[in-house]
Amino acid sequence: MEGVTAVLALLMALFLIVPLVALVWRTLMLPGDVAMQQGAIVTAVLLSLGSTAVSALLIILLGTPLAYFLARRQFPLKRLVTIFVEIPIVMPPIVAGMALLSAFGRRGLVGIPLSKLGITLSFSFTAVVLAQVFVASPFYIRAVQSRFEAIPRELEQAAAVDGAGRWLYFWHIMLPLSLRAMLVGLILSWARALGEFGATILFAGNLNGRTQTMPLLIYSALERDLRVTFITALLLLGLAFFAFGLTRWLAGLDEEDPDPLASPR
Amino acid sequence: MRTHILVFVALLLTLSGCQLGKEKTPQLTVFAAASLTDAFSELAQAFEAQNPGVDVITNFGGSSQLAAQLSQGAMADVFASANPAQMQAVIATGRIANDGEQPFASNHLTIIVPADNPAAITGLSDLARPGVALILAVPGVPVRAYTDEIVTAMDMPFQQGFYANLVSEEDNVRQVTAKIALGEADAGVVYTSDVTPDIASLVQLVPLSDAQNVTAVYPIAPLIDAPQPELAQAFVAFVRSEAGQAVLSRWGFGPPPGQ
Repeated sequence: MEGVTAVLALLMALFLIVPLVALVWRTLMLPGDVAMQQGAIVTAVLLSLGSTAVSALLIILLGTPLAYFLARRQFPLKRLVTIFVEIPIVMPPIVAGMALLSAFGRRGLVGIPLSKLGITLSFSFTAVVLAQVFVASPFYIRAVQSRFEAIPRELEQAAAVDGAGRWLYFWHIMLPLSLRAMLVGLILSWARALGEFGATILFAGNLNGRTQTMPLLIYSALERDLRVTFITALLLLGLAFFAFGLTRWLAGLDEEDPDPLASPR
Repeated sequence: MRTHILVFVALLLTLSGCQLGKEKTPQLTVFAAASLTDAFSELAQAFEAQNPGVDVITNFGGSSQLAAQLSQGAMADVFASANPAQMQAVIATGRIANDGEQPFASNHLTIIVPADNPAAITGLSDLARPGVALILAVPGVPVRAYTDEIVTAMDMPFQQGFYANLVSEEDNVRQVTAKIALGEADAGVVYTSDVTPDIASLVQLVPLSDAQNVTAVYPIAPLIDAPQPELAQAFVAFVRSEAGQAVLSRWGFGPPPGQ
């Protein structure tokens, strides 16, 4: 029995490992040099890094307050809101693109009034960021919300006794206790945003230098220049490894520097 | 644990069963340009009706994408491209014989705009006007090659204005049509045959003049390593037959040049 389990486990592990090794292998096997196509790759990398940086910033700025409200306050339809906040995690990205188009496209619910003001969102850098924030923010919000929920309410009461208002309490107690969870959530969000494809190609379109992020370049170059495709894919894989390594490293820190909320019991 | 193994074995059997099942009814795999989506779906059905027991599988996409898939070894019996260049790309990989291609249809280009024509486009020259949001297919896709051919014949200021208006490069011509139908951009350049009854009410056609327009020629060929070589030949012949041409004509395609 032990043997069968081991074989099945090995099969699964190999299935996950072999494609990534093969990707590196194919890239190294490609003939020719990539110098002449560097421009498109560099443009896409810069666009990816720039747009995900803006997305990450927006996710912290707007996601943290939402996580706080979901963790600490009771309000009507809270359950429903929670579901809506989390649904993009399991939503097919192409559906997210349709939804964004229906809302913010030129003929969209919000898009029509916006276009009367002369604002068009589709096919712009803004659209790239909106697509990323839509699909990626739930990872951050969820991580931060559950961390906020884990902080005992007595701490808040104790702080209130000492005269600390809600804001002071949040800034000096909740935030420092949650920094690591926020960072991990943010990295996961960022990695998801970096890989965003379906919603972006539908809602933001595909134009090198304007909306063509790395995944879109991979798709576009597939039929023109395989080297561009494979090298960009490898770069994305590298970034994913880096992001994941960072979260593992942060988790490792927990062992050296135990979580103050977990240790006392 | 024993039941687990049984489930696993059953799963393997099911998977291999699927594979076996495929060989029973002959399957003909046809790779065709996205602009052929409607015409070739109908042709596939007609071919199945004529050849009972045959199952025609169609794969539609930008011709350049299909050519790339074929170059990477994708299994297919027939390739129908929207221009000779992408056919040549597959011939260059040795998967289609040098003399294997035959023209079977022609097509023309048109400007399309959303039904309410938000940018008030009346002709080609309007497409270079600042502020017009223009969508084209990505370079390599035949419709883009034909569009570039038209644009290159215009003067320099037009060319610069035209490409500066580009907001997105789509994967194939049907994606361009879809985004114009959704009203997301002001104009796109597609084939006249792309304005199918399904979307006719959502878009408006702004014709190009005969002097501006070009003729798109569609070649078709069987693959050298086609799993169903006889059926592949038969399908090519069917597309070029009177019955096949009638279907193509109904979907807005012209006869191949010289016919």
